[in-house]
Amino acid sequence: MKHFRKGDGERSGLFTRRALLLGGAQAVLLTALAGRLYQLQVVETDRFATLAEENRINLRLLPPSRGLIFDRAGQPLAVNRNNFRAMATSDRGRGVDVLVERLDQIFGLGDAEKTRMLRELRRSRNAQPVVVRENLGWEEVARLEFNAPDLPGVFIDLGQSRDYPEGDLMSHIVGYTGRVADEDLAGRDDPVLQLATMRFGKKGVERSLEDDLRGRAGAVQVEVNAVGRVVRELDRTEGQPGSNALLTIDLDLQRFAAEKMKEHQSGSVVVMDVITGDIIAMVSTPGFDPSTFARGITQSEWRDLLDNPERPLHNKAIAGVYPPGSTYKMVTALAALESKAIDPWTRLPCVGHLELGSIKFHCWLKGGHGSTNVTEAIAQSCDCFFYEAARRAGIDRVSDMAQRLGFGKVSELGLPGESAANQPTRAWKQEKIGKPWQHGDTFNLGIGQGYMTATPLQLAVMTARLANGGYEVQPNLLLAKATPREELAPPPPRTKPSAPSLRLNPQHLALIREGMVQVVAAGTASHLRVDAKGRPLDPALRFAGKTGTAQVKRITEREREMGITQDQLPWHLRHHALFVCFGPIDNPRYACAVIVEHGQGGGKTAGPIGRDVLVETMKRDPSRRTDSFRKMASR
Amino acid sequence: MSLASANTVALDGPAPVGFAEKIWRINWGLVLVLTAIAGVGVLALYSAAGGRFEPWAARHAVRYGSAFVLMLVVAMVHPKVWLAMAWPIYIVSVLLLVAVDVIGKIGMGAQRWLVIGPMQIQPSEIAKVAVILVLARYYHGLSREQASQFLYTLPPLAIILLVVGLVMVQPDLGTAMMVLMGGGALLFVAGVRIWMFLAAGVGAVACLPIAWTLMHEYQRKRVLTFLDPDRDPLGAGYHITQSKIAIGSGGLFGKGFLKGTQSSLNFLPEKQTDFIFTTFVEEWGMAGACVLLGLFALVLVWGFSIAFRSQHHFGRLLALGVTAMMFLYVFINTAMVMGLLPVVGVPLPLVSNGGTALLSVMFACGLLIGVNVYRDAQLPRTR
Repeated sequence: MKHFRKGDGERSGLFTRRALLLGGAQAVLLTALAGRLYQLQVVETDRFATLAEENRINLRLLPPSRGLIFDRAGQPLAVNRNNFRAMATSDRGRGVDVLVERLDQIFGLGDAEKTRMLRELRRSRNAQPVVVRENLGWEEVARLEFNAPDLPGVFIDLGQSRDYPEGDLMSHIVGYTGRVADEDLAGRDDPVLQLATMRFGKKGVERSLEDDLRGRAGAVQVEVNAVGRVVRELDRTEGQPGSNALLTIDLDLQRFAAEKMKEHQSGSVVVMDVITGDIIAMVSTPGFDPSTFARGITQSEWRDLLDNPERPLHNKAIAGVYPPGSTYKMVTALAALESKAIDPWTRLPCVGHLELGSIKFHCWLKGGHGSTNVTEAIAQSCDCFFYEAARRAGIDRVSDMAQRLGFGKVSELGLPGESAANQPTRAWKQEKIGKPWQHGDTFNLGIGQGYMTATPLQLAVMTARLANGGYEVQPNLLLAKATPREELAPPPPRTKPSAPSLRLNPQHLALIREGMVQVVAAGTASHLRVDAKGRPLDPALRFAGKTGTAQVKRITEREREMGITQDQLPWHLRHHALFVCFGPIDNPRYACAVIVEHGQGGGKTAGPIGRDVLVETMKRDPSRRTDSFRKMASR
Repeated sequence: MSLASANTVALDGPAPVGFAEKIWRINWGLVLVLTAIAGVGVLALYSAAGGRFEPWAARHAVRYGSAFVLMLVVAMVHPKVWLAMAWPIYIVSVLLLVAVDVIGKIGMGAQRWLVIGPMQIQPSEIAKVAVILVLARYYHGLSREQASQFLYTLPPLAIILLVVGLVMVQPDLGTAMMVLMGGGALLFVAGVRIWMFLAAGVGAVACLPIAWTLMHEYQRKRVLTFLDPDRDPLGAGYHITQSKIAIGSGGLFGKGFLKGTQSSLNFLPEKQTDFIFTTFVEEWGMAGACVLLGLFALVLVWGFSIAFRSQHHFGRLLALGVTAMMFLYVFINTAMVMGLLPVVGVPLPLVSNGGTALLSVMFACGLLIGVNVYRDAQLPRTR
């Protein structure tokens, strides 16, 4: 028994020492745990509390409903309609591959769509939903609901999408919207643009009025769980819908003009109020169907639009550049008159051509016009008169006058993609071509050829400034805009231009206008003094104009000798047909510019369209002055 | 008074202890502390289920009830029975581990469960207790000189490493660490020379690269994530980041019962098992955490005092082994959820949801209390 105890005592002594050591170590480690708790829960508690709140609370933006676009009478041009769309959220990018595969089986997404979805789902922060597919039909909704158990994180959302009831008729003016692109975000920090369902104006008024149409986002604060499901709503602020806009376009006139353009492959018509600058109609044919963009354009549809030689996506009224040809002769005449290079009585000879050194500059009339003054020269469109007038005035005065009348610069219309075209100057040629300005260049410019190009809109603006007595009127597309809480109504009518005067001699302007009157009365467009059925025009609807035929390709001496006619050339090499006009003669109110691409003779092809559209515009004038708007809008 | 009388008679060998005496010798204070900890478990599980008794809290309470009975029964069993049963228990638990590894090969991934009829058991939990029992029995039979000799250290090393190896294969890094460190603690107090520990430490460091190559991909990821939790905040580091957010946002006094946002909105992973401490601390704050850790500290103090009061070496070692196991459970689990240790699957004893762990912990506590009840038993130094 003693032996037993002794041995045990030895062992227990060592045990006690070592056990105390172990216990001490444990006490130290437990103290370390308490220290860690202190660090997390006292020292850093604020930081972690913030992180916990950020985890829990999710600010979701409510996309505002986009402003509507109407024509000047209140007829809808761009509206919103309900759109059922499939959305998907992912739990920090987990299982997205499987999810996208299943969605592909249901919808047949295609590879490009699948790649986009995978990218967006992986990139999506705070479980922000990603759009799977828009504009679901009832069958697709049903199929999605049926497969819901296999599609975690997929839900159906009711949103709005854009609809364009007038289709291609208004496609170039109204434009369309699309997904927000990175370049759209430049200078805009509106957080609503980060939403996957948000749309952004890409073309036309949708683009130029984007910041008005968009509205302000509402926000809802929701509590979410770890997979981003909303548990409850904490707070909600309603947004503000975008402003509605009233355009200056008269939809019925627009339709009429488009109808007139139909028989030609490609071209443009611009009708403008010479007092206010309102664009009453602006047609560019062919158009495109903007709803293909609203629902998401396919690769092949996009290819087709791009490859079409008639360029349907191109708004030819503002982006099509053409040599103005004889429609430019008023500029030359006015520059010569204002610079006193000629006076109203100056008569210049024409024998069918003018020689400059060894080069022959031809007049369109082989035998020549004989001696003409400025009015007769405009009426007969005598080239020789304007070669000489341009020579006498000089390049600087001609191009200066042209710029005052609106050439060579982008207008204040505001539509994206407008071209400045080209008003050549000495400096321009030296810089771009690297050669000094030649007399021959001045001759060519005098008849609107050579380096000179213009857009149909610029031609309309020039005509308007000549017609309104020399006021620097600017084209304008927006009649009025108002938030949904305000009344949307057109401004009161105006009879005097508010634009600054160009300070041109009224006598000179009157001479130019008289020349244009003579064009229709007895000149190159005398066939237009009667209507399409050969009946004389109502005196109140009489108008003045100027024809133009713009060379696409130089006429060679050989062709001139062989007498090759335009009909024998392929379409894309034929002359462009141009016509500018204003009316009524006594108290001009409307200007119109027409271009038919490769339409050959200006008077023959473009003239009748200009006449019909301008006469229709004048006929419909009273309807624009009365208070018919409210009736339309409240319908 | 009865205690004193027992001591006087003990001069000639201890008088047999009566049943009432045994009941009196049960550490009722310790039993109360254990029940309080289990109560915290019920509270936390109730909250983790979103304020419902189902599916965890109610079952936890029921399980604790039956484990409580088991503990008292075990406490009443004479140590000589455990002395005799130590090896059979160890062998059975090793066989179960082998069985679970084999079935695990057939199944996929980590296999820790063995299904026997309606029961699911986790052999590694049984093995932890078995290792303590068999080591205590081994050193009970050695003199101090023998215990300090290198040759006599080899069998216990084999006992420990066999179980560690089998658990690693599952793979269950947490339990393997616990068996290794728990066994090491027993060897330490049993009198193994310090230099051997130093040598083992140096050897372990030398073997680290080999261990690294043997580790599973997810284990390596966890270690890397532990070293730098921000390297993958949405992937492997997510759990620990969210756990720290939950604990930290609890502050001094917590967000209030049932008001923990991190757990109720499921930002916390495994909130009813390994991360139950986080769930509790988010709602009860540092105050609650200190109370809970304080209760565990009380258990440890009790364990040490029982070890010191035991008249026989087997009891001392057994009590200390159980205490060390308890400490390792608590320390590894809480240090893990606070981001001080890599994420390894170690539950918080008596609080986490899980049947086998609860039973094995309560069984161990029964052994601990049994040491006190039979503290003056005469045990022969048999091999």
